[in-house]
Amino acid sequence: MINLTINSNPVAVPEGWTVLQAAEKLNVRIPTLCNHPDLCVAGNCRVCVVEQKDARTLIASCSQPATEGMEIMTNTLKVRNARKHIVELLLSEHRADCTKCYRNQNCELQALANEFAFGDHLFLDLVGEHEHLIDRTSASIIKDDSKCIRCQRCVRTCTELQKVSAIAVSGKGHEQKISTFHDRPISHVVCTNCGQCVNRCPTGALTEKTYIDHVWDAIYDPSKKVIVQTAPAVRVALGEDLGYDPGERVTGKLVSALRQLGFDYVLDTDFSADLTIMEEGTELLTRLKKALVDGDKETSLPMFTSCSPGWIKFIEHKYPELLPNLSTCKSPQQMFGALAKTYFADNVKVDPENIVSVSIMPCTAKKFEANRPEMRDSGYKDVDFVLTTRELAIMIKQAGIDFRRLDTSNYDSVMGESTGAAVIFGATGGVMEAALRTAYEIVTGKEVPFENINIMPVRGMEGVKEATIKIEGCLKEWSFLEGAELNVAIAHGLTNADKVMSAVARGEANYHFIEIMACPGGCIGGGGQPIPTSTAIRQNRIDAIYAEDMSMAIRKSHENPEVVAVYKNFLGEPNSHKAHELLHTHYVERMRY
Amino acid sequence: METRKITKVDLIFEHIDPREVLVKAYKLGSEGIIQEMLDSGVKGRGGAGFPTGMKWKFCAAEPEPEKYIVCNADEGEPGTFKDREILDRVSYKVFGGMAIAARAVGARRGYVYLRGEYKFLMPQLLMELDGFHKMIDEIGYDFRIEFKLGSGAYICGEESALFESIEGKRGEPRNKPPYPTKCGLFGKPTVVNNVETLVNAVIIIKYGSEKYRSMGTQFSTGAKVFSVSGDTPTPGIYELELGMTCLEFVKEFGDGDAKAVQVGGAAGFCVPRKAFAKTIIGFEGVPTGGSMKLFNSSRSMYNVLHNYLDFFAEESCGQCTPCRIGTQQLLRGVEAVKRGEMKSAYLNELVKLAETMKISSKCGLGQSVGNAFNSIVENFREEIIY
Ligand SMILES: Cc1cc2nc3c(=O)[nH]c(=O)nc-3n(C[C@H](O)[C@H](O)[C@H](O)COP(=O)(O)O)c2cc1C
Ligand code: SF4
Repeated sequence: MINLTINSNPVAVPEGWTVLQAAEKLNVRIPTLCNHPDLCVAGNCRVCVVEQKDARTLIASCSQPATEGMEIMTNTLKVRNARKHIVELLLSEHRADCTKCYRNQNCELQALANEFAFGDHLFLDLVGEHEHLIDRTSASIIKDDSKCIRCQRCVRTCTELQKVSAIAVSGKGHEQKISTFHDRPISHVVCTNCGQCVNRCPTGALTEKTYIDHVWDAIYDPSKKVIVQTAPAVRVALGEDLGYDPGERVTGKLVSALRQLGFDYVLDTDFSADLTIMEEGTELLTRLKKALVDGDKETSLPMFTSCSPGWIKFIEHKYPELLPNLSTCKSPQQMFGALAKTYFADNVKVDPENIVSVSIMPCTAKKFEANRPEMRDSGYKDVDFVLTTRELAIMIKQAGIDFRRLDTSNYDSVMGESTGAAVIFGATGGVMEAALRTAYEIVTGKEVPFENINIMPVRGMEGVKEATIKIEGCLKEWSFLEGAELNVAIAHGLTNADKVMSAVARGEANYHFIEIMACPGGCIGGGGQPIPTSTAIRQNRIDAIYAEDMSMAIRKSHENPEVVAVYKNFLGEPNSHKAHELLHTHYVERMRY
Repeated sequence: METRKITKVDLIFEHIDPREVLVKAYKLGSEGIIQEMLDSGVKGRGGAGFPTGMKWKFCAAEPEPEKYIVCNADEGEPGTFKDREILDRVSYKVFGGMAIAARAVGARRGYVYLRGEYKFLMPQLLMELDGFHKMIDEIGYDFRIEFKLGSGAYICGEESALFESIEGKRGEPRNKPPYPTKCGLFGKPTVVNNVETLVNAVIIIKYGSEKYRSMGTQFSTGAKVFSVSGDTPTPGIYELELGMTCLEFVKEFGDGDAKAVQVGGAAGFCVPRKAFAKTIIGFEGVPTGGSMKLFNSSRSMYNVLHNYLDFFAEESCGQCTPCRIGTQQLLRGVEAVKRGEMKSAYLNELVKLAETMKISSKCGLGQSVGNAFNSIVENFREEIIY
């Protein structure tokens, strides 16, 4: 242990801890800005400087390792003056139109300004020195350099967590900025739209593109029927933006709030998550049969899940040679969209022309996905507008809804029925678990051999998880699988995805089925979720997801009565011609930069 | 305080038999070399003035088997051109210093990080390096040197940014600690020294630490190559013992009308006439990487300051707040005062800002902007305002 003092209070910390961590242990708050619990230390904003006895300069507490005998002071006049200067400098470069800003009241720079730099500006305004164009080219993300404070959290997110490197630092001195390859628009680089950078941006420099006003217009247009679907991960995170602690499940209130906002039908993406399991599970079993029984060399294994549009764009850019391995299933959002303007429209007898289909997603990449040209199989744009969890919270506030006092209510039907299997789509490993619950039962007629059908090996926050499921007691038509060991892998966060993909590309992986989610923790850590984020917050949301699963009466996708009905009345059977037409898609190869 | 008269010496550029020195160093071995370096009192000639013997000792003590020697030949400080001259005339001594350092710390590979603009020296240097490699092989050294070309950013002369650049990344300084002797190039223990420091190692091994220490002063032993420029009838490169006063220097090199000397380039200090007599050029007074620029009374110190600030606002790597924005604020701030848009009292705010930059910037660049700024503003305030 290392012994040091902070503000004269002794503290002992393990070797390798920083001064900042030591201070946290003593509950001494040191302000930070470029620091983020998910990212490596940068030490570039200098807001966290503190005084070390006898040192020539102040030290950055986030990057300074604690050493034996150190005497640290966190609140001397010297420190306060330096911090004030630093915050004032950041403000002088920042276009502070706070009242109009998407991040107003949830901005780390604003919070620091409140503490250190209220009153008159100390320095000259430098905002006008730079010509900042706001990049609105992406369907998902808006990049406004005039609000950027160069903390490089986004760059670290994009390279460390996501291994995408769509954004990087360019230029030096006064021309230094966060840029893209050759300064191209965000829409024309490898950006996967995952929005992880948005989650970690301390200011309003990176935000999602918002469609709130479009949705209000639709709601108030009497000629339109506006239907809304809500993704599994939204119900365990929305509360955070409305004053609840992370991990609070607000499903029933969420439904009530959507009704109060004026949506005509409040439906559940869970329904189409279950549908995805039917389609994807069948696709997997078909591929296995083709490969193992028919000896078809063309069949690509392992098969990859395709629910995460950030992941889809990643593989399209970085591993196009592996696209045949990607399940052809659309994501639940898009399956829902395709059915909304066909099956659902028939059911409620509304002209699909007059349906506006909105989805509430934990995700920014879903905005891009909904705009893909492939996503019009209903004959219309399948999903018209995608809102993030954060945008929904804003709408709820705009409408003056007292969320805490709302009663709970249930989703509408059809396409509002959920199962525990669908709910766990929101957590890393959830799609895998849901698929195994169903596929195992299709093949053997029995439940998966895990206590309470909780397949623990595929759960958890480890970056890459592996599991092997032995298939025993097959029904006759699946006897070719008897005794087979199904090897599965699960990765979340694109850096982990990249690890798995490079192993697959090198031919070094013997998996059959791989689940990939672009975001850390899966959808609950999506780029559209409430800010801030951290491992602890994501863990709370995951715990809530599994609690929700356990609370459901039905916990297997194939038992969802509405799913049974949609096959019986509309689609025929999984992977039928009609299902292929509406629920499956194809992918495109994209450039690598 | 001990001072020296102007004393010209000729050690850096004198031709010697490198084999003899390298054989001697080889026999001395790690401990012997490090002891000589420690005893000599030599401090780094790249600007920061860290005791070279200590640096080598720290690196030698690291258990990691893979280590590197890096020669910093980025020479980006405005007004310095001595490293180019050294490489041009006695590159074998630079290589020799690297081999001695390698022997001292146990490194087998070395890099010379050469300023991009000095590319024209490469063909000649590579030829000489070939011969050098053959020679040290015969003596028994297990050491190879490679060249890396810089790409014109001043910040890449900062040692950790230089490592990043050699590693193929964007040249940005790293957080310290860890220091290079523990975790440097490719994450391995590394000795990085200025061109001239390495030549000094050859001199120390050849003549012994005692003789070396007899030059200069107690805190600034040895001699140093100065790049003299500005308002002087005799610009050029001079090797002088350390420890002379600024007054001595100006008497020797000035044009009779010197009002200030900028010691140490943009990152250094401006010494005004009234302080010439009491300012020692050396580590006990104002240190310098070699740049000595004289200004006579025809010069506008506002323009001098403006040039430096322009330089820093452009050459800051931009990663840390005090430096990236502070340099712009200082530049725009003096402009605004000059134009009368800000009151002259605003200069006091800027001086305070420069102090903050000194103590809170991440690397030596941001930390040294205040040297020139404050010494010029304090001594030539009227010239800045009017
Ligand atoms: C902005 C900046 C630029 C520097 N440029 C150089 C340079 O061009 N050459 C050099 O030898 N040292 C330069 N240094 C100093 C190096 O970081 C390092 O201290 C030096 O190479 C160590 O060698 P020495 O101990 O032999 O002086 C620079 C430092 C800073 C902060
Ligand atoms: S002080 Fe300047 S050059 Fe050094 S790290 Fe900070 S911004 Fe970069």
